[in-house]
Amino acid sequence: MADLTSSLVEFKQVTFAYPGAKGDRVILKDLSLSVPRGKVTALMGASGGGKTTVLRLIGGQQKASSGKVLFDGQDVSGMAQTALYEARRRMGMLFQFGALFTDLSVFDNVAFPLREHTDLSPALIRDIVLMKLDAVGLRGARELMPSEISGGMARRVALARAIVLDPELIMYDEPFAGLDPISLGTAAQLIRQLNDTLGITSIVVSHDLEETFRIADQVIILANGGIAAQGTPLEVMNSSDPLVHQFVNALSEGPVEFHYPGPDADTDFGLPGRAARQPASSPAKGDRS
Amino acid sequence: MKAGFLLDWLAGIGLAVRDKLAELGLAARLFVRLFALTLPTLRRFGLVRDQVFFLGNYSLAIIAVSGLFVGFVLGLQGYYTLQRYGSSEALGLLVALSLVRELGPVITALLFAGRAGTALTAEIGLMKAGEQLSAMEMMAVDPIRRILAPRLWGGVIAMPLLAAVFSAVGIAGGWIVGVLMIGIDAGSFWSQMQGGVDVWRDVGNGVIKSVVFGVTVTFVALYQGFQAQPTPEGVSRATTRTVVVASLAVLGLDFLLTALMFSI
Repeated sequence: MADLTSSLVEFKQVTFAYPGAKGDRVILKDLSLSVPRGKVTALMGASGGGKTTVLRLIGGQQKASSGKVLFDGQDVSGMAQTALYEARRRMGMLFQFGALFTDLSVFDNVAFPLREHTDLSPALIRDIVLMKLDAVGLRGARELMPSEISGGMARRVALARAIVLDPELIMYDEPFAGLDPISLGTAAQLIRQLNDTLGITSIVVSHDLEETFRIADQVIILANGGIAAQGTPLEVMNSSDPLVHQFVNALSEGPVEFHYPGPDADTDFGLPGRAARQPASSPAKGDRS
Repeated sequence: MKAGFLLDWLAGIGLAVRDKLAELGLAARLFVRLFALTLPTLRRFGLVRDQVFFLGNYSLAIIAVSGLFVGFVLGLQGYYTLQRYGSSEALGLLVALSLVRELGPVITALLFAGRAGTALTAEIGLMKAGEQLSAMEMMAVDPIRRILAPRLWGGVIAMPLLAAVFSAVGIAGGWIVGVLMIGIDAGSFWSQMQGGVDVWRDVGNGVIKSVVFGVTVTFVALYQGFQAQPTPEGVSRATTRTVVVASLAVLGLDFLLTALMFSI
């Protein structure tokens, strides 16, 4: 088996680009990374840095332009639909806002994967669903509809749904976004707890430095389509790389520019004396300190 | 300068044509895929039954009320024409043939597009916008098989039933106006209808039409929802397109089917 390696997910020189009219928009460039089994790996980085793309590549919802995306030693990018669906049964994914089925109750949402993939009796399905709901503290909310529960609860229901088939890997897409401090703490604790008690491998995409650093075993910071820093939370925290420094200290000044590339400010505001005759594609470098 | 302008213009046309062709190809692929899933879909008939109930219920009230009014109008207008030739007893036959062969299937399909079709498009578009379809894919459940296919068959089964309701209520409307209000003889109203309407040629004609319209309207609604941009604006535009495209398709196909069945 692929247990020879200790990583469940591996990226080998993965490039991913959206084809566009004005040339491809490259999101990931020659990215190589590995996600160790049984650990919590945090993926961080600026918005638009390709974190969600990494999750979608692992789930096979998008195909790499080149390179290999290995899940348990098998290349997800090259899989046909049947094989891909086999692989996906071993993964769980928590979407940013839960993505609960709005026409189904909390109970039916969690039962959905069981009903689709197994022939278990209703009594057994009920027991499993209630166990999973209990694990996220929402056994009492089983009768409610998604419109009747809060955003934090919706994400916990989605989490119960994601673990109902006992996956080996769970991917969390910004699980902390928009949560109040109590829900946020609960969510973070839950991720760690599920990881340890069920022996799952977890990948967390998040912007929340404090909570993420608290629960992660490994932190990977993505920037400009590649890895800017990688290591334990402590190592990343103390990194001397200017970009990582900017990120973990939440500074607006640094290698990641505040200004989106565009024409020179002097050109735009009509200051002909100072305007450099430069083409529109060059970023406003002058703004950097 | 001029040549450049011409080239841009040509390229623009080429792009538009290519986009339309690509869209047509996507739709055709989805259509083939949905029909390839016929057996597995009908095997899980519970899902289809739920959709028949859902879509049928959605449109039942509006279709019954419209049928009644169309029947009223047919009664009045039919009487106006027939009495010139002294054959107002044939009103029952005229009302029944108009409804069963033509108005029943067509108006039902148009109303169905406006009522159930838009609901389908919005539902699927919103599921897409809320990442529900993505979530389903990540659970190794194919949304085309689980969501689209049962809805298509639900629509295909619901449409002839709704058209039958429309025609039945419409005939009752014609009877109310013709017999109760104008005073045509009830016996000739019904016996002319009974003698003149052929089960295969007339009723069968209408049933074939409404099945074809059921496939058309439901498929257009599903395709528009499935291809909608996952934004509020995208979903609203897709909903509008459902009504426009489905209505035009129904009217166009109606002419084709009528011409075809006349020639047989």
